[in-house]
Amino acid sequence: MNVAHQAFGSSPEIPLSMQGPAPTSVVVGFGFWLFLLSDIIIFAALFAAYAVLSGETAGGPNGTELFDKGHVLLETACLLASSFTCGLGSLAVQRRDMQWTFVWMAATFILGAAFLTFEASEFSAMLTAGAAPSRSAFLSAFFTLVGTHGLHVTIGLFWLLVMMVQIMTLGFRPMVRRRLFCFSLFWHALDIVWIGVFTIVYLGAS
Amino acid sequence: MNDHYDAQGEAPGISEHSGGGPRSYLIGAGFATILTLASFWASSTQLIYGPGVPILLGVLAIAQMGVHLVFFLHISSAPDQTNNFLALAFGIFVVGLVVFGSMIIMANLNHAMMPMDRLMQMQR
Repeated sequence: MNVAHQAFGSSPEIPLSMQGPAPTSVVVGFGFWLFLLSDIIIFAALFAAYAVLSGETAGGPNGTELFDKGHVLLETACLLASSFTCGLGSLAVQRRDMQWTFVWMAATFILGAAFLTFEASEFSAMLTAGAAPSRSAFLSAFFTLVGTHGLHVTIGLFWLLVMMVQIMTLGFRPMVRRRLFCFSLFWHALDIVWIGVFTIVYLGAS
Repeated sequence: MNDHYDAQGEAPGISEHSGGGPRSYLIGAGFATILTLASFWASSTQLIYGPGVPILLGVLAIAQMGVHLVFFLHISSAPDQTNNFLALAFGIFVVGLVVFGSMIIMANLNHAMMPMDRLMQMQR
């Protein structure tokens, strides 16, 4: 394998144009990377809407009155920690280590679910205080932007559950590894979007 | 095994030959934690000159996004990452166009619009 790899693989004697099509893992990874970039462009549009509308409170509550920074720091910590455990989980996948894959992916799931719980409690507190999306343009933009991110996290959690079932039933076959790999890219990208959210929405408000 | 070594480029996030191990994730998590705490501190402190705070927050956020890209998503400018890097550059370009373009256009429209009370008078 190693000799064949050296002979036919990425040796400098074979020019790139003669190495044949890229392997599936590279094609899938690159395609999913393009999807993530387009997803980030969707978020950019929502960020632009928020930036334009953040001052239009129509006499309603503004960000400084609504947002609790300690709460947001807790949410940020959950998401950052889950991104970290997801990375360790993908290392366990590369080692084909079933036990640690489950440990780290379970940690990722719990931290992601904790993030969603904090966000849901924040949203429900705002709704009961009369700060619904219909109150002002600022609140519409806020709920659209932060809600879309929360929706992505929810989809990610369902995806993670499906992947854990697939590891149990199918094992570490290449198809499952590719899907887990795409999941970890998705999860890290969501964390990058959250950096924008807490900086612009929550910290920019004061 | 190692089927992604063989041909044109690497998928993003492959860490096996860019150091590997939990090291890059540990470094990334450390930097990200420091930058997050720094931006929360900067937003609530009185020590920094007020109008400078948004700029500092922007710098910290961009730095943290860079940390995530490098240490979690393993994006680099290495030769086998050219595809990923170019796609990222184009993505950043479009994001910049959408965000700053919208803000400039809307501020301009807002500036050119007649004040609301005058508009009401004209409709009467």
